[in-house]
Amino acid sequence: MEFVLSAAIGVLAASGIWLLLRPRTFQVIIGLCLLSYAVNLFIFAMGRLWLGAPPIMPRGGFVNPAAYADPMPQALVLTAIVISFATTALFLVVIIVSRGMTGTDHVDGQER
Amino acid sequence: MIQENLLLTLALLPFVAALATTTLSAQAHGAAAWVSGLLLAAGLAILGILHGPIAAGQVLHSTIRWVPSLGLNLTFRIDAFVWLFVTLVLGIAILVLIYARYYLSKNDPVPRFYAFLMLFTGAMMGMLLSGNILMLVVFWELTSILSFLLIGYWHQGQAARDGARMALIVTGLGGLCLLVAMLLLGKIVGSYDLDRVLDSGDLVRNHPLYPAVLTLFLLGCFTKSAQMPFHFWLPGAMAAPTPVSAFLHSATMVKAGVFLLVRFSPVLGQTEMWFFAVTGTGMATLLLGALIALFRHDLKGLLAYSTISHLGLITALAGIGSSGAILAAIFHIVNHAIFKASLFMAAGIIDHETGTRDMRRLSGLMRFMPVTGSLAIVASASMAGVPLLNGFLSKEMFFAEAADWHNGTWLDNSLPWIATLAGVFAVAYSLRFIATVFFGPPPVDLPHQPHEPPAWMRRPVEALVLLCLIVGMLPGLTLGPTLNQAAQAILGPDLPYKNIAIWHGVNLPLIMSLVALAGGVALYALFGTRIAAGPEGPPLMHHFRAQKLFERLILLLTWKWPRSLYQFIGTERLQPQLRLVVLVALTVATVTLWGVLHPAAEALSTPLNPAFAAMWLVGGSCAVGAAWMAKYHRFAALVLLGGAGAVTCLTFAWLSAPDLAVTQLLVEIVTTALLLLGLRWLPKRREEIAEDKLRPARVRRARDLLLALIAGVGLATLAFVMMTYPLVPSVGDWFLRNAYKEGGGTNVVNVILVDFRAFDTFGEITVLAVVAVTVYALLRRFRPDPESLALPEPQDAVAQKSLAETLLVPAVIMRWMFPVLLVLAAYLFFRGHDLPGGGFSAGVTLSIAFLLQYLAHDVRWVEARLTVLPIRWIGIGLLISGLTGVGAFVLGYPFLTAHAQYVELPLVGQVPAATALLFDTGVFALVVGATVLMLIAIAHQSLRMARLRERDAPQPEKEAA
Repeated sequence: MEFVLSAAIGVLAASGIWLLLRPRTFQVIIGLCLLSYAVNLFIFAMGRLWLGAPPIMPRGGFVNPAAYADPMPQALVLTAIVISFATTALFLVVIIVSRGMTGTDHVDGQER
Repeated sequence: MIQENLLLTLALLPFVAALATTTLSAQAHGAAAWVSGLLLAAGLAILGILHGPIAAGQVLHSTIRWVPSLGLNLTFRIDAFVWLFVTLVLGIAILVLIYARYYLSKNDPVPRFYAFLMLFTGAMMGMLLSGNILMLVVFWELTSILSFLLIGYWHQGQAARDGARMALIVTGLGGLCLLVAMLLLGKIVGSYDLDRVLDSGDLVRNHPLYPAVLTLFLLGCFTKSAQMPFHFWLPGAMAAPTPVSAFLHSATMVKAGVFLLVRFSPVLGQTEMWFFAVTGTGMATLLLGALIALFRHDLKGLLAYSTISHLGLITALAGIGSSGAILAAIFHIVNHAIFKASLFMAAGIIDHETGTRDMRRLSGLMRFMPVTGSLAIVASASMAGVPLLNGFLSKEMFFAEAADWHNGTWLDNSLPWIATLAGVFAVAYSLRFIATVFFGPPPVDLPHQPHEPPAWMRRPVEALVLLCLIVGMLPGLTLGPTLNQAAQAILGPDLPYKNIAIWHGVNLPLIMSLVALAGGVALYALFGTRIAAGPEGPPLMHHFRAQKLFERLILLLTWKWPRSLYQFIGTERLQPQLRLVVLVALTVATVTLWGVLHPAAEALSTPLNPAFAAMWLVGGSCAVGAAWMAKYHRFAALVLLGGAGAVTCLTFAWLSAPDLAVTQLLVEIVTTALLLLGLRWLPKRREEIAEDKLRPARVRRARDLLLALIAGVGLATLAFVMMTYPLVPSVGDWFLRNAYKEGGGTNVVNVILVDFRAFDTFGEITVLAVVAVTVYALLRRFRPDPESLALPEPQDAVAQKSLAETLLVPAVIMRWMFPVLLVLAAYLFFRGHDLPGGGFSAGVTLSIAFLLQYLAHDVRWVEARLTVLPIRWIGIGLLISGLTGVGAFVLGYPFLTAHAQYVELPLVGQVPAATALLFDTGVFALVVGATVLMLIAIAHQSLRMARLRERDAPQPEKEAA
């Protein structure tokens, strides 16, 4: 599982970075989305992989932390998902407005 | 205790005055002058009370423990030297206030002038009263900044702006040097306390860092006190209003440098290096300043160079450093402040009443302003060193020190000659000032008809000139004791009392004075007319202006070199910048991890499920496909991106993160909808761009691909190594143990977000709100490209109709989904604290419900039936979350402390009712508002464009109808 997930992170990151370096705005926005998947999975995986042990507690009584997935990276990633949604939306609007103003969808606002 | 409080009050008074004057109206000249004047007079009264213990040789301290854990204290300290200086500053400040009241015109904004002037006074006094050398530097820099603001008070004029900027750059850089010097000094002594530093002279002088400390310290003092070669900012600062010049260049700003020189002469002085650097610079400045002053045609220019020259004199005395020299230095600080302030004020009166400061145009003013003229003559005589005036006494003491034997070096031997020569020039320029301005034929063609100023504008000058006379005639009775106490405060209590007398018999200093007087008169008589006709500057030297050099240097440093550097290595293009970012990230990661990253000895391993591998085969292919398609087939790329997102979402679900899976799924839906709406406004691209097939483009792509592959492989390796390392116990365990006990919820991730780390969530939803409003604002004035204005192909009338028919069944289903989604959102919201869900996912669900209605129907159809006010949702959500947090304050807990309990509801059963739930309500409302606002803002663009089309082309529309 670990190998597959890390390979997946690698593939997502490589595709994302490649798109990030492209000249068209739409490519960059897709690249950022892919890169955010990769980074979110990476942070999430720092809590190690757990099967069938979601961090949902019984009510009261003794709690053995070793029996549950680490909630910390999950909380971080939840925040990261929301923020990457917000930045994607903002970036989308910026590229739309920039296209309206400059007449091109090149990242520099003019064709090279 | 009373004395301590008085000392603190004294330091605080000017700042109180500054605050009070800022509240006055822009025309309240009288009120501002009264308020600040009375507060400063109260300061003088405090000084009067403190005089007793200080005259007895006591040093008073007052300390406010500021950050005691770091050992940072605000220490104020006053001894006889500081007492004298502060009294001088306050006295002249009050006179300047009276003068400014009449000098400034009705249109000059009052609060700015008086507040700055009072702040400056406060900074200057803070510098004098500091008992901690770092605090001293802070106040020192404050005086630089405030002098910038004061010099640039008439910022409409180019000269004022240039002068202010130059003063700030020169004195500010000097201040930085001083800061470093003080830091080094503190390191050497082991304390930043001024008393301890002053006691550590031997330690400092024998330290290997002494030359560095001395150089930096002197750079600070010399720039502030306008010593050559840093003198050029002072004439530039003459663009300030005259009251400012009278204050800054007599008693304060420029005296700060010599104050420090005198203050630190027992610590850093008494070495040959000190003597050569300080006395040498001082003598050069004295001589050249006096020489250049003689050739200035501008009244204030003459006074500026004369100030530079007198500062050189004081500096030279500080450099000599003997007990007599220190006494003379203090005496001359006081005398110069008195006569120079009155001269600046007199020059201001002349400028004010005649409209010019050019000595070549002024003449014979004695006829029109006899009182001002007489006052100016006495003050100039004092400046020249005429007997029976205060300037004569300190100059005599300087001559005596110059003639004395100190160490027999060539500089020491040449001191009397340079001093006498400078005295000749001083007499000549004083004489030129008097003779050209007040005597001679009546002036012709002046901007105003000259006359006496208002009586109270002259009062400060009268007071100062009276002081010149009294001190000049009765030195032993007036200033004698105070000066001796001040000298004792600097050099030690066992200093013998030195009597200051007018007559010492015929001795070398007196002869030097007489030579200077005679030489000066002869010089002016011989060359006076040629000087007036000549250029503004001494022969040969007027081509060479330090100010011009400085401006050229600044131009090079701040404009030309940065520009060429930018052209050489900078770029405006995004791609190289991003490439650099990726490269830097790669390099940093490689450098930090090189040789540190080892595979775990006992690697963790979760048995592989083939389905998981198959899932990621699809997911990976989707990602690569999206990368491949994003240029020419945007829609396909979007679908493939969705595929990769779905697999990510499944992975979260698979690996025990149900909350993440839910959130990712919902966000995925909204993101896709957003991007789909955005596609409409991007240019069509069907055929390939020709350039992309050329060689440079291929090379570029290959390079980027290599970069991407390296980054991907690196990240994968890192992820694999980290994932297989056994988990070390982390803060996560604490959350797991305490989520239910402390947060009252069983879903630990949700408890972390709304309770333990609620402050982070609060920040996060604020970001979301800001982004939504920004999106809305950006799109309000959106003008699309003409190309996107045309109707998309399937939207002509016939096609549109058939589309509506085709979509009939899905549309009805989507309409029915609305209540279902509402219930789902409520369900997700309420179970959030205990089971996967929560305010965020509920909010996104609700906004999807709205979105579906927009998808199923026309925008107009939806908005006729359903009113969503997203901005209110956002505002109310933020308010609820914020108030929940503030509520904790009311109950005496820190911000956002949550309280949890279960409530039994009829029919529903046990419901968690934590205050965190209230917080989550805020999150929910805000997320609904933000998401809907962004979606609607983009969706509405089509509507707006349709309206625009209708407005622009009404004819065809009607025909079609």
